[in-house]
Amino acid sequence: MEKTKFQVKDLFKNQFMIPLAALLALVLFNLIMDPSFFAITFSPNAQGTMVFGGQLVTIIDYGSELALLAMGMALVTAASGGQDISVGAGIAVSGSLILRVLCGGNSRPESLQAPIFVAVLCGILAAMAIGAFNGMLVAYFKIQPMVATLIMFTAGRSIASWFNNNELPVLTDPAFGYAGNTIPGCPIPSPVLIAILCMIIMALILKFTNLKLYVQAAGINERSARLNGLNPTVIKFATYVILGVFVGIAGFIKVSRLSTINYTSIAKDIEMDAILAVALGGNPLGGGKFSIAASVIGAYVIQFLTQTLYKFDVSSAALPAYKAVVVIILVVASAPAVREWFQSKFKKIKSNDKKEVA
Amino acid sequence: MNETKAKAPKKGLGARILGLSDSNMLLLITIVVFVLMYIFAMTVLGKGFLTGQGFLNILNNNAYLIILACGLSIVMITGGIDISVGGVTGLITMCCAVWLDKRGGSLMGSMLLAVAIGLMFGIVQGYLVAYLDIQPFIVTLAGMFFARGLTTIINTDPFNVTQKDFVALKDTAIVIPGLGSLNRRGVYVDATIEVGVIVAIVVVILLFFLLKFTKLGRAFYAVGGNRQSALMLGINVKRTRFYAQVLCGLLAGIGGYVYFTHVGSGSVLNASGAEMNAIASSIIGGTMLTGGVGNIIGTFFGVISLGTIKDIVTSAGFEQSWWTGITVAAMLCFFIVIQSVIIKVKTRNKKK
Repeated sequence: MEKTKFQVKDLFKNQFMIPLAALLALVLFNLIMDPSFFAITFSPNAQGTMVFGGQLVTIIDYGSELALLAMGMALVTAASGGQDISVGAGIAVSGSLILRVLCGGNSRPESLQAPIFVAVLCGILAAMAIGAFNGMLVAYFKIQPMVATLIMFTAGRSIASWFNNNELPVLTDPAFGYAGNTIPGCPIPSPVLIAILCMIIMALILKFTNLKLYVQAAGINERSARLNGLNPTVIKFATYVILGVFVGIAGFIKVSRLSTINYTSIAKDIEMDAILAVALGGNPLGGGKFSIAASVIGAYVIQFLTQTLYKFDVSSAALPAYKAVVVIILVVASAPAVREWFQSKFKKIKSNDKKEVA
Repeated sequence: MNETKAKAPKKGLGARILGLSDSNMLLLITIVVFVLMYIFAMTVLGKGFLTGQGFLNILNNNAYLIILACGLSIVMITGGIDISVGGVTGLITMCCAVWLDKRGGSLMGSMLLAVAIGLMFGIVQGYLVAYLDIQPFIVTLAGMFFARGLTTIINTDPFNVTQKDFVALKDTAIVIPGLGSLNRRGVYVDATIEVGVIVAIVVVILLFFLLKFTKLGRAFYAVGGNRQSALMLGINVKRTRFYAQVLCGLLAGIGGYVYFTHVGSGSVLNASGAEMNAIASSIIGGTMLTGGVGNIIGTFFGVISLGTIKDIVTSAGFEQSWWTGITVAAMLCFFIVIQSVIIKVKTRNKKK
């Protein structure tokens, strides 16, 4: 590759610019306000295992679900030019089904009624089925993604409470909590491991298959994709099913964290966070090009922001207001009109300098 | 209609229905479905559906939703979306409740406050969407977050408003002559509606004329149908989109106040999910998210269809809360699929 001269203009065009700048701003803010934010502890937890702790670990731990969803959402956004707003409801459904299978109809079971593996598989399949339903509406019926997924957004939590007859099952088996907390003997929270595993698989898929090319082709121009022998309908459908897999895994992590479920509050507003992660990652929300890595960084930035706000005693209910302000600042800063304005100002300053020299 | 009949008498009903414009066709389906549903409810379920008050209660409970959905329809016709209306409604109830009860403000002041909040959201979001060209979904998503968060910052505990003037307004019941019925004891009870219903109907009528007969109304359709051609027709696209968003904000303000007079309390949970209900009603009413197609009358029927199906589900004995969610989703699915099928058939016919 030919080495080109570094230019400020190129920096503005780089997709990783926005999320990394946001991350930098957050890090600086926390450094100034309270450097202890970055302290990492290493101490035994309630089960006696040595685990890492501290705010940073919490961010990476609780950002896992969001990172998983952000990967799937980036694909869906790129292929169909729209977002899936039913992921939160999908998490409720898969989580509820996992508990239903493990409890076998009794809300306070003495022991697990089925192997955890089977239950998780059921949960993932349920989430994939929801993804397939959404994908079918979007790809075959050509309905805008937001409208199509509105159906599952409305029905999802109701279906979730229907599975368990509106009871709140509680599992007492500690083995079920391993995936959401820590495995004895391992210092790293398991959700992080699961997320990293998924990211590696995703990276391998992107590296060794044509998925990325196909998805972008379908998203940029459906017609020319078809003329090139691709089938955009199937590609779109597939992205929704892939998102379903991630939703299922995220649902498993969510219920495993608490060993119980609350239908209305589980993964509340996570669809908004996931969409923001994709937007923050600089992916065009109208479809086309995408970067999974950028949206994953976007997801962790959002979790960083959330954690920072918690640190300053912002109640979880008031959290959205602050998040909204940050989001607006970000999108306004990255809006084409504003960028052009800045660039023209920049040019003016430059030309003024030249005039003075002359 | 009569002329075409005379010219082509052998044209079948199906063909004539297919000949309708998208907008009218979807409106027709909505109304037919609503009427069938209501007749079904009257014959099978009876009970409340047989009385005039039963129908008016649907209006009473959904007056605010009619106003919100009208605003959304306009934004959706121009090809945008506004998911902040529910959050704005919640914010307005809390602000007005605090203003009336804790600050000792006047009733008039609370109304102005509601409209001002709605307008403010509309103007800021409209500017960001229209002039800075940011995705409406993201902007209004942030607006929703902001409104919901601000509501809890202002006050967290739910409380009922006890201010005298407001309670008088809230309890005002307008008697509709001729629709009353005998109650269980055989005493005649008047059928009544709330003030909010009058507001909602006035809004529907005004917007119907705005969309149908004014320059701005036609510009909304033009911009939603094809932005490029609208620009070439000399329509100021940016300003039109801005106006649509501002109008939606204003209607969210009015709708929020109507909701406030209906529930009479300030609570963080007020109007949760209202934005999705409003979008759903708009879609059921035949507005298309792609823009350019929609009808205020359809939106009105969309809202009362949604209200009716919720009533049917609860009075049919499915008391568990999940049934409402599932049936509403099923209905939404039905309408969305119908829309898509119609478009498919139409484009196929055109190609022939």
